[in-house]
Amino acid sequence: MAYMYSKRVMELFRHPKGCRKMENPDAVGEAGSFLCGDIMKVYLKIGKKKDGLFIKDISFQSFGCVANISSSSQTVELAKGKTLDEAIKIKNMDIVRKLGSLPSVKIHCSVLAVDALREAIYNYLKGKKLPIPKEVLESHKRVQKELKEVEHMREKVLK
Amino acid sequence: MKKIYLDNAATTRVAPEVLEAMKPYFTDKYGNASSLHDFGLEAAEALEESRKTLAGVINAKPEEIVFTSGGSESDNQAIKEIAFSKGPNHHIITSSIEHPAVLKTCEFLEKMGFEVTCLPVNKEGSISLDDLEKSIKDKTILVSIMHANNEIGTIQPVREIGRICREKGVLFHTDAVQSFLKIPIDVKEMNIDLLSASSHKLHGPKGVGLLYVRSGVKINPLIHGGGHESGLRSGTENVAGIVGFARACRLCRIPDNKVKELRDRLIEGVLEIKDCWLNGAKGDKRLPNNANFSFKFIEGEALVLRLNDSGVAASTGSACSTKSLKPSHVLMAMGLSHVEAHGSLRLTLSRYTTKEEIDYILKVLPGVVEDLRKISPLGGK
Repeated sequence: MAYMYSKRVMELFRHPKGCRKMENPDAVGEAGSFLCGDIMKVYLKIGKKKDGLFIKDISFQSFGCVANISSSSQTVELAKGKTLDEAIKIKNMDIVRKLGSLPSVKIHCSVLAVDALREAIYNYLKGKKLPIPKEVLESHKRVQKELKEVEHMREKVLK
Repeated sequence: MKKIYLDNAATTRVAPEVLEAMKPYFTDKYGNASSLHDFGLEAAEALEESRKTLAGVINAKPEEIVFTSGGSESDNQAIKEIAFSKGPNHHIITSSIEHPAVLKTCEFLEKMGFEVTCLPVNKEGSISLDDLEKSIKDKTILVSIMHANNEIGTIQPVREIGRICREKGVLFHTDAVQSFLKIPIDVKEMNIDLLSASSHKLHGPKGVGLLYVRSGVKINPLIHGGGHESGLRSGTENVAGIVGFARACRLCRIPDNKVKELRDRLIEGVLEIKDCWLNGAKGDKRLPNNANFSFKFIEGEALVLRLNDSGVAASTGSACSTKSLKPSHVLMAMGLSHVEAHGSLRLTLSRYTTKEEIDYILKVLPGVVEDLRKISPLGGK
């Protein structure tokens, strides 16, 4: 059956990877879309190797559609094992390319996934009082603004 | 895998009897109903026979039935052509939960210089008669309120709306696409001036509908041409489709208690799932084949596609399922939050729905919901 989604998107939707809450994570990042109300959470465990800090383990939780779930899952796959410097460089179009394609109205789901990852990295670096790269600071500012806009939706459902 | 169709508010399967009735009009009786020869006469007779059937089911006269291409066209003609016959600077009243065929038409007319009032609805999805009465003013020419809602199945107090409109001398149009032959309609008794209906919602073919226009109501065609349908809708009549529409009508039972019982079994079973509720009205204020739920913490598109993987065809009002990324305007108008509308699921039955099918969905749905809640950051699990 042909869906509006690529084969890869459907595959990850049906069998998402790293889709769980993590016990004792080193950092958590959250992003929300004011466009559609989707919310995504990324959990990280950070390790150390010769070339610096790296993502030892990563998982996500998603309140969102098919594109959202598969974008998160793809991000987990891409980011796992990467150094923080490398992970910061992951762009949303890298996710889209790996997924084959996303419908144009769903591209923001891949942005959300990358945002949540960067937020987690931001929170980690901040907690450890380490220098925070410019691009992470910039996306942090934007994500926080967007989260505020979806906050009232969350409050209502969490009651 | 077994496939279970619970999206009958979207469209229905053509009944086998309907298909049989239509067949000769493709192969042997394919004449143009305007032609003078036997082929034409045969088509014209079938057309008029069908018109009588359709008029009969809503207590209209055959000459008050105009065949169209479906619900959207009927809505467009009713609203636009009443408006244009009166001219701009007039006032139209509708509700915030109408089908887009009505809402978008009203928005268009607003741009053309008409004033439009969109009545709010309560949390069950009903308009207030008080609001309606207060909204009618000297310039009001038309009230367009749907009979029953396509998403939540709420039935509007059409009889009372008709009475108010008649008293105030305002025309009343109702979009009855979802309610047609599911609940009783009597256009005379309910004081309905214009009514839209569609064939494919009741096991007839797609591409056929009707507009009832009470005799005495002056309306222009939306489609100009050869003057078919007493000049009110040009274009060679879709004879096979119209015959199918009429045949489909004769197969309907009102009320269909079997459908209602199954629907109630479904509602009862689904509501056993934690953190979920029924959207819309209960009991007689709801279409007998409609159920609409919201599940906390999860999103509808993911829910629908997971159900599809289990063989169940359903629908959602989630923002993610639309091109505009806005959640259902109906659920939002009823006061649901964005997130609550996000997690909505519509299941609509037909007379072909079986108890086994309902039991099957009741078996798979809890697992699907549980699964999606596990991966949701809002679920707290």
